[in-house]
Amino acid sequence: MTEDHRGRIGKYKPANIAFNIFNYSFLTFLTLICFYPILHVIFASVSDPMELLSHRGLLLGPVGKATLNGYRIIFKDNSILVGFKNTLIYVGLGTAVNMVITICGAYALSRRDLLLKGPIMILITITMFFGGGLIPWYLLMRQIGMHNNIASMVLPTALNTWNMIIMRTGFQSFPYELEEAAYIDGASDARVLLRVILPLSKPVLAVIFLYYMVGNWNSWFNAMVLLEDRAKFPLQLLLKEVLVMNDTSAASVGSAGGVIVDGIQGSAAYRELVKYATTVVATLPILCVYPFLQKYFVKGVYVGSIKG
Amino acid sequence: MKKEKKTHVTMAMVRKDLKKNRFAYLLLIPVIVWYIVFCYGPMWGVLLAFKDYKPLLGFTKSKWAGFRFFKEYLAGPYFFRTVKNTLMLNVWGLALGFTAPIFLSLLLNEVRRMRFKKVVQTVTYMPHFISLVVICGMIHIFTQNGGIVTELVNAITGKEYSSLLGYAGMFRPIYTISGIWQNVGWDSIIYLSAMSSIDPGLYEAADIDGAGRLQKMIHITLPQIRPTITILFIFAVGGLMASGHEKIILLYNSLTYDTADVIATYVYRRGIREASYSFATAVGLMSSVVNFGLLWFTNKVAKKYSDISVF
Repeated sequence: MTEDHRGRIGKYKPANIAFNIFNYSFLTFLTLICFYPILHVIFASVSDPMELLSHRGLLLGPVGKATLNGYRIIFKDNSILVGFKNTLIYVGLGTAVNMVITICGAYALSRRDLLLKGPIMILITITMFFGGGLIPWYLLMRQIGMHNNIASMVLPTALNTWNMIIMRTGFQSFPYELEEAAYIDGASDARVLLRVILPLSKPVLAVIFLYYMVGNWNSWFNAMVLLEDRAKFPLQLLLKEVLVMNDTSAASVGSAGGVIVDGIQGSAAYRELVKYATTVVATLPILCVYPFLQKYFVKGVYVGSIKG
Repeated sequence: MKKEKKTHVTMAMVRKDLKKNRFAYLLLIPVIVWYIVFCYGPMWGVLLAFKDYKPLLGFTKSKWAGFRFFKEYLAGPYFFRTVKNTLMLNVWGLALGFTAPIFLSLLLNEVRRMRFKKVVQTVTYMPHFISLVVICGMIHIFTQNGGIVTELVNAITGKEYSSLLGYAGMFRPIYTISGIWQNVGWDSIIYLSAMSSIDPGLYEAADIDGAGRLQKMIHITLPQIRPTITILFIFAVGGLMASGHEKIILLYNSLTYDTADVIATYVYRRGIREASYSFATAVGLMSSVVNFGLLWFTNKVAKKYSDISVF
């Protein structure tokens, strides 16, 4: 209704037409800028490494003869695969622990008549504004045995206050009568939680699950300061070495993967290729599922903003 | 402790509550334990800042140092550099990173073709989900010698830059612009959600008065999302002295310390890499005290002038 109304009056004003032209072209430009880097990396990863080295400017397709050598090198080399496996373990384990603890906290704090709710909320809110800082945290982690322990990939990040508050809001968003009916039927607290509250809160559970999962998948700093063994490194930490520190020995270039590289320039070219291919391997899984999950992520922001 | 303050809470009530809600309290146990260990545990550790902590002696046997480390930092050569860099990066962030999503949401709100809007949103949200390590890897690739961004900058400035991340003057723009690139779409969601609840009657009234699209944007949409902007602004100003260390660690190098080394990265280097635990704790403590002060102050100002506050 409003659309028509606005359209009728304002559509043909020259100023509005000019605005529309600007608006649509600007947004198109922005969309291209957001998308292009990803496309560039994909094209570069299958380009001929030698020709890629001398290529300048935009990439609108693979340069030279398309090749999968970059990917071959990565997958022949063990360490990236081990990193991938570690990350899957940490994400699986971490997210499971995240969900259990967050559900516990959100459930308790969603009870209306909890006497200690006030003090507990204060205890929790304080931590959102104060913290001990990096060094006391680090020393404590070492003291409680987190050093070089894979538990350090799970326990220090077991709970996120913000996520817990979003989930609590979700638990409170349906009528209490539904719980009450179950209690009248003689259900226990645990049963009400498992059979009434959780099934009714599927959307918010999905949102929080995804937030935790993405967070766990992307995390690298704790691993860098706490883990020592390379065999325990998650994918992101290995990526850091390959992409940021320019150390491609993680996916050692050379004869690996049966790809013959000659000369210094050749190995430099292959190093570049490996970087591109690694970026694609690390990003593609997320980008493939992302369009299907987008609406859940966005929903999380909405739920969070009502509360905040 | 808190219970005793409310005189109307009796022991009998507590007992009844513990009995009735025992399941909830049971579930709370791991949550409370987690907060005590991982959030409150490190808070005790700030005492390290006042001790000359030697790992071999342990916490209790290490000598007290008073404010020695605080003075050392304040008098040292890195105090000015780290504070300036932290502030400057945040000022850049506030000027560009904070306003960009507002701008984008205003433009998106004017789009009437829903399909187009959906495509723009989907694509601009996407970089938010790419991991920071990979984003920084891409930044390294694009700003290296002969990289596409380097070439672009060279074409615009007429200079011959090699790897952009090697120039101190380039760090702030790279850090800020890449941040916008990664988050502008995602950060605009919260404003779009605020805009979706604006009363359409306001626009209709403006139409009758003959207002154009731009006028409606400035005089209706913008004032209507002002509360949201204010709240996010309070947090942004409150965080002026705080900055994430992760992205900087992934982007900086000794050539760019002059502009890139912030308090958080200095704490990381001195504390974790060089094991000057007490000194780094003191630096971190000082910055978090200043931070909280800033947040408190901004909150107070906002409360006074707009009745909006976060606490």
